[in-house]
Amino acid sequence: MAFRVVHYINQFFANVGGEEMAHIAPELREGKVGPGMAFETAWKGEAVIVNTIVCGDSYFAEHEKDAKEQVVAWVKEINPDMFIAGPAFNAGRYGYACANIALEVKTQLGIPVLTGMYEENPGADLKDKILITPTANSAAGMRKAAPTMAKLALKLMKGEVLGASCEEGYMPNGIRVNFFEKERGAKRAVKMLINKINGKAFTTEFPMPNFDRVEPGKAIPDMSKVVLGLATSGGIVSKGNPDHIEASSASHYGEYDIEGWDALTAEGWETAHGGYDPVYANENPNRVMPIDVLRQMEKEGKIGKLHRYFYSTVGNGTAVASSRKFAEEYAQKMLKAGVQACIMTST
Amino acid sequence: MVKEIERVGIPVVHMCTITPISLTVGANRIIPTIAIPYPLGNPALTPEDEYALRYKLVDAAIKAFSVDIDKQTVFEF
Repeated sequence: MAFRVVHYINQFFANVGGEEMAHIAPELREGKVGPGMAFETAWKGEAVIVNTIVCGDSYFAEHEKDAKEQVVAWVKEINPDMFIAGPAFNAGRYGYACANIALEVKTQLGIPVLTGMYEENPGADLKDKILITPTANSAAGMRKAAPTMAKLALKLMKGEVLGASCEEGYMPNGIRVNFFEKERGAKRAVKMLINKINGKAFTTEFPMPNFDRVEPGKAIPDMSKVVLGLATSGGIVSKGNPDHIEASSASHYGEYDIEGWDALTAEGWETAHGGYDPVYANENPNRVMPIDVLRQMEKEGKIGKLHRYFYSTVGNGTAVASSRKFAEEYAQKMLKAGVQACIMTST
Repeated sequence: MVKEIERVGIPVVHMCTITPISLTVGANRIIPTIAIPYPLGNPALTPEDEYALRYKLVDAAIKAFSVDIDKQTVFEF
């Protein structure tokens, strides 16, 4: 017997209407509607869409609780093998609805769920919680998306073990799957390099995070009046690490008062960093946070004065998002204190 | 972190050993330092020489603030 699927789509894909019909409440229809056809074609009789739920995108956004209750109640009654929503491509409210209704069905009823959308669709924020197939940014991508989703759906219904996201066609969800590549690493790397040199397309196996850029700050011709701030990712902290900065994957930063310190001493300071040999920094913490020479420069008038506090965290496996948050916060503290320039040291 | 500080209008000099990482994350004024566990020192030197080395490095950083740049710059000295 064929697997039974319930499919969720919006007013547009159900051919009810566009924006003017986005207010419609969920309705339950028999069989497939619109894009469901493409799934059934790909399933070749192994699975069928028993019901389609059509819901207006605005209705879902404005009555999320009611919409979820109604949809879950229907799906529970129909008792299908699987729930599929979308694909939503780059339609923001539709993508949000697809991801959230799929998550609700999965949580409440425990059946497999799948949706599809463009990677920048806000609904894709839930990619760690439900399976989402990446699609093109417009409905023109249906021809490519439907077979991928259909195949993945069938695997889920059969209870087969899923391979890696790149093989199966879902957005990386943070779960690592081991698999054997057909070619060894060296060969793949050389191929990639040759493609790169020849200006041809290649796919990295280790995507780097995207770092944005900030315009260089204006030059300061005269440093002799400047309040200088200090920060480090080298983990220099008061002896005993009173703020409990973690040795790796730091969850916070510390603020340390250097009033009255002419140099950092081994008795008063240490490093909390777990990613480098701490012997040298513990022996002489100025090797990471150069308070000794900066105090001399203060006396010589090379700089105006040092800001009373320095900011420190451990940059060892610490998430980019965390680092950003730390610095956003202490940059404001520096601003309030009148800091005009800042030296950051890293190990 | 350098970017978040620079974003609020405080120029930053990044003193670090692995300058390619600094370039990747987007620091604008970069001073290359000695080694990962002791960026601003060298335990092989006498305390006096080590202090002089540190002074020279930090002095280079202070000077880097006064240089007008329009793109990421690694200051060699």
